[in-house]
Amino acid sequence: MISGRAHVFSRAHINTDEIIPARYLTAHDEAELARHAMEDISKEFVSRVRPGDLIVAGEDFGCGSSREHAVWALRGAGVAAVIATTFARIFFRNALNNGFLAVECPGLAEETSDGDEMELDLEGGVVRNHTTGAIREFTPLTPFVNELLEAGGLLSYVARKREAQA
Amino acid sequence: MTIPMTITEKILCAHSGRESVRPGEIVNARIDLIVAHEVTTPPAVNMLAKMGITRVFDPSCIVVTPDHFVPNKDIQTAELTRKLREWVKEQGIENYYELGDHGICHALVPERGHILPGQTAICGDSHTTTLGAFGAFATGVGSTDLAAALATGELWFKVPETMRFNVSGALPPGVYSKDLILYVISMIGVDGARYRAMEYHGSCIDSLSMEARMTICNMAVEAGGKSGIMEADQTTASYVRARTARDFTVYSSDEDAEYSSVFDVDASSLEPIVALPHLPSNGRFIGEVEPVAIDQAYIGSCTNARIEDLREAARIIKGRHVARGVRAIVVPATSAIWRQALKEGLFEIFSEAGCVVSTATCGACLGGHMGVLGRKERCISTTNRNFVGRMGHPEAEVYLASPATVAASAITGCITDPRIFLDHAPDLNAPAPRTEAAAMQKE
Repeated sequence: MISGRAHVFSRAHINTDEIIPARYLTAHDEAELARHAMEDISKEFVSRVRPGDLIVAGEDFGCGSSREHAVWALRGAGVAAVIATTFARIFFRNALNNGFLAVECPGLAEETSDGDEMELDLEGGVVRNHTTGAIREFTPLTPFVNELLEAGGLLSYVARKREAQA
Repeated sequence: MTIPMTITEKILCAHSGRESVRPGEIVNARIDLIVAHEVTTPPAVNMLAKMGITRVFDPSCIVVTPDHFVPNKDIQTAELTRKLREWVKEQGIENYYELGDHGICHALVPERGHILPGQTAICGDSHTTTLGAFGAFATGVGSTDLAAALATGELWFKVPETMRFNVSGALPPGVYSKDLILYVISMIGVDGARYRAMEYHGSCIDSLSMEARMTICNMAVEAGGKSGIMEADQTTASYVRARTARDFTVYSSDEDAEYSSVFDVDASSLEPIVALPHLPSNGRFIGEVEPVAIDQAYIGSCTNARIEDLREAARIIKGRHVARGVRAIVVPATSAIWRQALKEGLFEIFSEAGCVVSTATCGACLGGHMGVLGRKERCISTTNRNFVGRMGHPEAEVYLASPATVAASAITGCITDPRIFLDHAPDLNAPAPRTEAAAMQKE
């Protein structure tokens, strides 16, 4: 169960250049990247976000550059999960590979406001908005995705498989 | 084969030891080629160290070049390339291209014969899709994927659905493969090919050079695509054969293969296209674009800085001068292209016209260096993304276009149809144009 406040970015196609501008790709430390998370869309985000908060987004979140720095910047800033209408392919992959939650829930961004108290119930398959009382089912995670998340990301998943084979 | 498959399905099938694959299935595929640069590789190297993996799976399938911030832009980027170099030495990776021999990886890899038809290729860079022009499955990944592939020689993939684009007809003069791909992206949108392979066929594609084909596959990711792919043909084989003696397998899509959608495009009906800020899908025919004034014209990037692109730009710029108040920047994609352009006299043309020429680098395409934009500045660029803040200040504006359109705009100082300059300009890409011209003069 993940509970936190919502930060809503409802515009479609929020790209990784906006999540972490390329001028900061000279670093790959999460804390350093976190200082600039979402900087080109919202200067206030970094000062408002608290550990455990959630980003609620629209279509095609994370499109563009393959930089995994986008996931690291958000995680570094304390974001516990991104819930979007849809995700761009590489961002989604990078999130899972890091054991970072990227959950698809069409329609959520339209009915959520900044600061709403949210709860992502992975077992129940729903997102609850405690501020409005709304409950929405999210798109179920596939078994493979669950395995990756459960392992804590791709590298631990690969290590486990190797151990199992040895 | 038990079921009909597309090229992409066949390649993923052959690399995962299966009889057949279906879109949506997760496969673990063998990776033939791993390309690495200084931005996304050092984090992967740190991850390998943390996992206690001291040796990569196979150094011979790795190709490395620094490209994003070369020559080093500051201390941080100097540290990134230093780490990259140390790792290359430590792992005994032979295919390392140092400054002077380097290039933007997606242009360098084919030029040096590292990509073969039928292969699987990854790089921690979204424009890896470029290599699909060779009939290979090539896609961009993050650093964790890169680390996993470096360690194991394999990577998981969801077999993508394939979209088919039948492109018939010849591109009219002044219209290029960049215009074609901007047209396709504008038609289907920046997520129109999300998770899918974009497969190209048709007489137009068949007639294109490898350079022009690469521009099309390069921008698959700008439509959200997992990959772009073209069937290898005689043009592909000649290009590859001139660079390597290694064997390769050519895959073709079965006639009854399943496509998630099929599009027909008549290339002969196209005009030069400009993608307006701030999405690559904001393409408009040049006739519908306001002739807005520009501050900068940028010819570079993995999309459009190969020798043919530079020749097209030079053809328009020759004998003219860049408009007052415009900075025109030419960045050949690789060191070899740079040397070729020098030999052909293109730099003299650019330089006399008031352009500057840089060494190969991703540079300003991603707002790195060598032409970063200031507040409210406007740039027309041969690159691939015009997102907010992509080339510098978040309030700057980027317009995407072909090298010819960018060159024409540099001359006039505002967004301009390149065809007004082309009528009397000799085609530098045509076989021996100067000899013909000389012969005519004699008569």
